[in-house]
Amino acid sequence: MTNPLIIVENIVKKYHRGAEELTVLNSLNFTVYEGEFVALMGPSGSGKTTLLNLIAGIDRPNSGYIFVGKDEISALSEDKLAEWRSRHIGFIFQTYNLIPVLTAFENVELPLLLTPLGKSERRKHVEIALSIVGLADRMSHYPRQLSGGQEQRVAIARAIVTDPTLLMADEPTGDLDAKSAEEVLILLERLNSEFKKTIIIVTHDPKAAARASRLVRLEKGILKEDIPTESLDSARFAEAASVFVEARPK
Amino acid sequence: MAIPLKYNVRNLFVRKITTGLTVLGIGLVVAVFLSVMSLSEGLARVFKASGSTRNVLVLRQNSQSEVQSGISRNQVPLILTLPGIEKNIDGNPLASSELVVMLNLKKIDGGASNVTLRGISEKSPLLRPQFKLIEGRMFSPGLSEVIVSRSISERFKNCRLGDTIHFGVYKWKVVGIFDAGGTAPDSEIWTDVEGAMNSFKRPSYSSVLVRTTDKASRDQFIAALAGDPRLALEGKVERVYYDEQTSTAAPIKFFGIFIGVIMAIGAGFGAMNTMYAAVSTRTKEIAMLRVLGFSRLAILTSFIVEALCLALLGGLLGCLLGILTVELALSGVTGTTNFTTFSEVVFAFRLTPKILLTGIILSLFIGLFGGILPATQAAFTKIILALRQIE
Repeated sequence: MTNPLIIVENIVKKYHRGAEELTVLNSLNFTVYEGEFVALMGPSGSGKTTLLNLIAGIDRPNSGYIFVGKDEISALSEDKLAEWRSRHIGFIFQTYNLIPVLTAFENVELPLLLTPLGKSERRKHVEIALSIVGLADRMSHYPRQLSGGQEQRVAIARAIVTDPTLLMADEPTGDLDAKSAEEVLILLERLNSEFKKTIIIVTHDPKAAARASRLVRLEKGILKEDIPTESLDSARFAEAASVFVEARPK
Repeated sequence: MAIPLKYNVRNLFVRKITTGLTVLGIGLVVAVFLSVMSLSEGLARVFKASGSTRNVLVLRQNSQSEVQSGISRNQVPLILTLPGIEKNIDGNPLASSELVVMLNLKKIDGGASNVTLRGISEKSPLLRPQFKLIEGRMFSPGLSEVIVSRSISERFKNCRLGDTIHFGVYKWKVVGIFDAGGTAPDSEIWTDVEGAMNSFKRPSYSSVLVRTTDKASRDQFIAALAGDPRLALEGKVERVYYDEQTSTAAPIKFFGIFIGVIMAIGAGFGAMNTMYAAVSTRTKEIAMLRVLGFSRLAILTSFIVEALCLALLGGLLGCLLGILTVELALSGVTGTTNFTTFSEVVFAFRLTPKILLTGIILSLFIGLFGGILPATQAAFTKIILALRQIE
């Protein structure tokens, strides 16, 4: 077994909605090992996006500990956390979140502006990232000149350009047609197998989940099921995934 | 490293109409401000450029201007014996006894205004080195002849070379046109002092202008004058006298700054509105930038820079409009009333680089005022809430 990369210990996360207090994650424990490709599934409100945001250092827990590598990110201040994110996290959003007034190249370059790299080195990194996602010929295109699938691939290039420790994706195929979704999933799988990136995705899509090496199901803030996909034959996987899909709100 | 400037500049051009209107608003404010300031500057320039620091203007004690002053004929020899006065080559003191009378003359473009008629002695031009006769000849004493400044001859009826100026029962023939290099005599008509005193039945002069050799002798002369109880006169450095006349420009300058500030606040709210709109449509983008690791300070700076760019565009437009207004609509000389002497003062609107810079600085203040609150809001965007926002 490889080393644990993420250790989540007794995490509690509560939100306030008016006077009401909502416990989204309730004493959750969770470990991710180096090189894993984890799919977080579960019904809406189960806390999967919250867990993703906590591990990505976008949100902070009410109590408990989160370690990523050697860093206890649950103890970092807001500013330190921002700096930590820039070095360790590549985040992929459902709605791509590219900046419309910047070209594909400039969008991918953004995270590198937070590094000490010089202009020519940044250019090299951006070119490599865009060629990995197959868009080397679209560098000077603006987001509005790209298809949804291409936009998401630019967003993936932006997420990997700093060579982060972790790739986090929140419903990366949620806004895409079947073909583009397939391309994005193949790309993520390649980043995991070929480039040894540890990936955590939140998804409702069983096809997306099937690419993962591990399925984790959350329900009402509690970890319900944790299955390594290699232990499942295709029939069992279909069954397991369908359970997850049924849980998806109509 | 900061969020790149192109991000802000391009975003300004994405919202063409909003940006355009805000820029226009700021531009108009800056243009009006520049026009009023250039008026005030032009006016101040006339008086500032006037007068030498070595000339002393002798007036009756507590007279605010030459019009209110009076110096009797028998006081003049006493003045000329005081120490400090520079001597001519022929050994005579460099001093000129003068009479100032207000004439109400008709303007070429309608209306009438007071014009200073100055009776001068033959030494007057020597005391005013900027004086230059540009057309015709000098008046001959005793012949009811005058010379007229170029700007007065261009703006008042019957003041061109060869014309005859009528005022009441008086008539003067214009025999020369002069230029005083933008100083106070550019708003005057000159004739010989004895003739003028005869015509107007004035028993005394208005003032005596004296040239002193240097600063020490000047102060010596002023002190001697003040210390002579027989005279009850005072000496003012000519430059200081004209600086005091600049008080005409002071209320205009105050007015300019006052409306500038009021309008700038209005334009600032316009810019604020634009920037709030910019921040709210880009909330998700801001949240994404924060996720990438850009600090709050980077976001704050970015949006303040965007507001400053917006305002700078307005400032540049304002300068352009200001230059066009002053050059085209307000070009040439114009006049106003000196509120100390109630005479016509000729001046030109002056849009100096310093005033243009003030306009740019005003626009940047508008930008800062309009940008700081929206930028703060942007910097404190709640990442999680913003990411959930449906677009």
